[in-house]
Amino acid sequence: MQYAAPKSVQDAVELLAGEAGVAHVLAGGTDVLVQMKMGMVEPDLLVDIKHITRLKDITAEAGGFRIGAAVSGAELGEHAGVGTLWPGVVEAVELIGSTQVQGRATMAGNLCNASPAGDSVPAMAAAGAVARIAGPDGTRDCLVADIPTAPGRTSLGNGEFITSIFLPARPENASDAYLRFIPRTEMDIAVASAAVSLEFDTEGKCSAATVILGAVGPTILNVNADCLLGTTLDDAALEALAAACSATAIPIDDKRGTAEFRKDVVGVLAKRAAKIAQTRAGVTS
Amino acid sequence: MALDTEKREFKIIGTRPLRPDGIDKVTGRALYGADMVAPGMLEGKILRSPHAHARIVSIDASAALALQGVKAVVTASDFSEAKGELMQNILENCMAQDKALYHGHAVAAVAATSETIAKQALKLIKVDYEVLPHVTEIEDAVKPDAPVLRPDRRAKGAPEGTPANITNLSNFGHGDLEAGFAKADLIIERSFRTESTHQGYIEPHACLASMGPDGKADLWCCTQGHYAVRDMCASFLGMSLSQLRVTASEIGGGFGGKTVVFIEPVALALSRKAGKPVKMAMTREEVFKASGPTPSSLADIKIGMTKGGKITAAHAKLRFQGGAFPSGTIDLGAMCAFAAYDLEAVRAEGFNVMTNRPREAAYRAPGAPIGVYPVEALIDELCIELGLDPLDVRLLNAADKGTKSSYGPTFEAIGLKATLEAAKAHRHYNTPLGPNQGRGVSCGFWFNFGGSTSVSMSVNDDGTVAVTEGNPDIGGSRASVGMMAAEELGIPYENIRTIVADTNSIGFNDPTHGSRVTFSVGLATIEAARDAIKKMCTRVAKIWDIDPDAVMWEDGHARPAGENAGNYEPMSLAEIAAIASKTGGPIAGHYEVNADSAGVSFGVHLADIEVDPETGFSTVLRYTVFQDAGKAIHPAYVEGQMQGGAAQGIGWAMNEEYIYGKDGLLQNAGFLDYRIPVASDLPPIEAVILEIPNPGHPYGVRGVGETAIVPPLAAVSNAVSRAIGKRMRALPMSPPKILKVIKG
Repeated sequence: MQYAAPKSVQDAVELLAGEAGVAHVLAGGTDVLVQMKMGMVEPDLLVDIKHITRLKDITAEAGGFRIGAAVSGAELGEHAGVGTLWPGVVEAVELIGSTQVQGRATMAGNLCNASPAGDSVPAMAAAGAVARIAGPDGTRDCLVADIPTAPGRTSLGNGEFITSIFLPARPENASDAYLRFIPRTEMDIAVASAAVSLEFDTEGKCSAATVILGAVGPTILNVNADCLLGTTLDDAALEALAAACSATAIPIDDKRGTAEFRKDVVGVLAKRAAKIAQTRAGVTS
Repeated sequence: MALDTEKREFKIIGTRPLRPDGIDKVTGRALYGADMVAPGMLEGKILRSPHAHARIVSIDASAALALQGVKAVVTASDFSEAKGELMQNILENCMAQDKALYHGHAVAAVAATSETIAKQALKLIKVDYEVLPHVTEIEDAVKPDAPVLRPDRRAKGAPEGTPANITNLSNFGHGDLEAGFAKADLIIERSFRTESTHQGYIEPHACLASMGPDGKADLWCCTQGHYAVRDMCASFLGMSLSQLRVTASEIGGGFGGKTVVFIEPVALALSRKAGKPVKMAMTREEVFKASGPTPSSLADIKIGMTKGGKITAAHAKLRFQGGAFPSGTIDLGAMCAFAAYDLEAVRAEGFNVMTNRPREAAYRAPGAPIGVYPVEALIDELCIELGLDPLDVRLLNAADKGTKSSYGPTFEAIGLKATLEAAKAHRHYNTPLGPNQGRGVSCGFWFNFGGSTSVSMSVNDDGTVAVTEGNPDIGGSRASVGMMAAEELGIPYENIRTIVADTNSIGFNDPTHGSRVTFSVGLATIEAARDAIKKMCTRVAKIWDIDPDAVMWEDGHARPAGENAGNYEPMSLAEIAAIASKTGGPIAGHYEVNADSAGVSFGVHLADIEVDPETGFSTVLRYTVFQDAGKAIHPAYVEGQMQGGAAQGIGWAMNEEYIYGKDGLLQNAGFLDYRIPVASDLPPIEAVILEIPNPGHPYGVRGVGETAIVPPLAAVSNAVSRAIGKRMRALPMSPPKILKVIKG
C-alpha cells in the first residue's frame, strides 16, 4: 500500500486518477482507517488531503461559508460565523463520534463515506449545501444531496474528490436544526435522523421548509414538507409533518432498530427539529 | 479464622489510601497482556469458522507454510487429549476438532514473523467445510428435529425423551407448593426472556508464550487466575505443572471472563512448533465472537401472595442457553432465584441447552442476574396488583439469620433486612417522581467464595514488609491486602509492597473470582502476619530471655506482658528486623488455606427512570446501591465494585445483547452495536455500604464484587414498567422494544 500526501489539488487528482488499484482519499481517516483495521477495505493507495493548501480553511463567501474538505468537526464547531448561520449543520457535524474523533473527522469525509446514517449529510442537504469537486476534467459544483447514490457509493467519478463544501447565505427569520435517535447518549450511529431548515415570513408563518431524513432509506430522503407552509407550526401542522416523514421513510429491519420503530421515530424527530428551528429563527408561535 | 471476638479499633482498615498500581496505570508504565515482548518473537493469529456449524473435512496449510515468514501452523492434532469432560470442552473451545461449533470457533492458528504475514497466511489455509444445520435459540434447540451439537454431551441421568441438546438439569427447593399456592390470595404466572451479554472488559485477551527445546515453558498473559491457566495449558500440551511457569500481567478487566483459557494453549503450541516465542492478542471482534458471553434465558415464574404481601409459594422454571458446550451456570441461577426470601414452599428447576454459540463463560455472579431478574420483576407486578409497597413486601419476606435458604443451607448472620431498611429510609426512596418516570426496586444475592489461597510475607531488614500473593489484582486488592497486613503488623501502609507472584513462587491459588480475594487473600494475609508476629515475639523472648508467651504484639512493637510488663523497652518491627540475622535468620510469615467461610452477600437497588413516550428512550435519573460488605477494608473500592456492578447490570437491562441472524452468524461483534453504557448514559451511582460482619473472617469481610450486578436487571425493568404503566418482560429493553409495548 502506498501513502501519499500531496501539497496541491492537481497532484492529488493525478495520484487518484493514476492509480490502477483501489485508491482512497484520507482526510480525518475516522472511517477509512477503521475500515482498514477491520479488513473491510484494502487500499493500494491512500491520498492524504490534509496537506493541500487551503483545504483546512473556512472562508466567508457570498453571505455564506466555504468549508475546506480537511476542516475537522472541532474546528468547524469553534467557528462562530458558521454556527450562527447554520446551527443545524454544525450540531450535526458535532454529533459524529467522540471528542477524539471530532479532532479528525470532516464533513466532506462524512459525505463521501456515503452511509445513509451519516449525521452531517441530511443537515447539509437541508441547507442546500454545494460540494466543489476537483477531478481530471477540472472543477465542478454539485449539490451535496446528489453525492450519495447508495450505501457506500457516491456520484464522484474516477480521480475526483471533494475540495470544499459551500453553505449558502440564508434570509432573515430562518434557521435549521438536526436531531438523531440513538439508543445511548453518544458514541453511536443514527437509527433515524431528521434535518429541518425553515424560513418564516414577517407574520411568523412558515414560508419555506426543507426536511431531509437520514438512516431510514438507502440514501438521505427528501420529504415534501408543504404541510408546514403558511402555518405557525401548530400541532396539526407538526402531526402532518410527522405523518409525511413516516410515509416517506423506507427503512429496513436490522440490528440497530426495526423498520416500524424507525418510521415512527423519524416523524417525532422531524417535529421536534422543526420546533427547534422555529425557536432559532426567532419566531414565536 | 472466625471473626475476632474482641472488638477492635482499626487504624488503617476503613481508610482510603492510594492504590499502589495507580501511578503505573495512569502513566502507562503498567504492563498488560499485549505489552510483553521477547527477542525473536513471532505473531500468532487464529483462523476462525465462518459458519455456525460445520464438519471440518480437511485442513490444508501447505500454501500458508510455504509463505515466507510463516514459522508454524497448528490445528487440533497439535494438542494432547485433555483429561475429563470439562477439560475436553475447554480444549475443544480453544481449537475445533472434527466440527466447528459456532461462528468464530478457532479451527487453526499460524505463527509468522509479522502480523501482516500471519494474516496473509490465514487466507492461504484451505479448510474444507461441510456446512451443517445450526441452532442458536433455546426454543429451537429443544425441538425434536433440532440439530444436535454433541450427542455424547446430553445430561447424564436425564429422563427418557429429554432433548439431546440438554446438557444440565437443576432442581432446588423445599416445601409443599400446592398447599402454598392454595393459601395465596393472588397467584401470577409470567414468562420472561433475557439475551446473552458479554463481560465487556476493555483489555482483549493477550499473551506471550515461550517454550524452549527442553520443554520448559514460560507464559505471560492477562488472566484472573494464572494457576488455573497453568493447569489447563499443561494438560492440553501434555506438560507437567513444574515445566510451565505462568505470570499474570496487569489486567484490564475480567469480570469472570478471564478465568478460562482461549489463546494461551494455542500460543504455547505455536511456540513449541516454531521454537520461538509467540505473542497473540485477540481483536475486539474475536473477543466478542470467541470469548465468554453469558447464557441467554427463558423463565416461567409463578408466585402466590396474600393480600398482606406474604409469599405463600414460589416456583421457577429456568431455561439457559450456554453455547456449544455443557454449562453448570443453570445451577447457580436456580439457587439464587429465590435466595433473598424466607419461603415455606419454593422450587427452582431448570436446564441448560447447547446451541451454536460460543461457550458461555462466567460473568460477575454467573447465572444470578438472570435467575433473580424474573422473580424480582414478578414480585413487583404482584405489589402493584395488590397495592403494596415493594420494599415493605420484601422486608416481610426477607431471609434472615436462621432462614432455610431456597437452595438448602441455613443462613448465618446476613444483612438483607438491614439493607432493605436502609433503602426505605434513604432520601432516594422518598424523592417525588415526575411524569413518565418510574421507580424500580430489586434485591440481589450472591454466595461468595473462599477457596485455595497462599500468602507469604517477608520482613525486610529496614522494617518494611514484602507481601507475596497469587491473585491478579482486578479491583484494588493489592491495596486492601496491604492494608490488612499493615493493620495486623501495626506498621504504616506505605511500608508494605504487595506483589502478585508467578506460579512457581508461592503455593496454589484459586483464580480471582467468586468475590474471594479480599476475603480469602485478606484472611491468609492476616494469618501470615500473625505467623510473622509469632516468630518476632519468639525472637524478642530470646533476647529478653523470657517465655515467648510473655511477649505480646501491640502497635507494631513487641512488648513484655503479664508479670514482665514494663521490665523491658518495647522493640519495634524495624528493630527486630534489623538484627534478625543474629537472632535466627530471616523472618517471614506464611499461610495456606482452603477458606470455606465466605459469607453470603445481599444488595438492594433503587432505580429511577424516565421514558420518552414518543421514542422509548430511557434515561436513568437516579440510582442507589445498598449492599452488605461485612467490613469495608478500602471503602472507595467497595463503592467502586457496587457502582461497577450496577453500571454493568444497567447495560444488561437496557441495550446489551448478542444478535444472531437466521444464518447463525453473530451480527454485532463490536462496541458500536454491542452497546455497553457510556459515561454519559449513567447518573452518579450512590453506594451505601452496610457492615454486618461475616462470622467467618477475622475482620468480618464479605465478598462485594459480584452481588451488585444481580439487582439492576429487575430494578431497571420495574422502573421502566412503572414509568410506562405497562409490564416489560424481556431484556434488553432497547427503545424499539419499549416503544412497541407503549403502543401496545
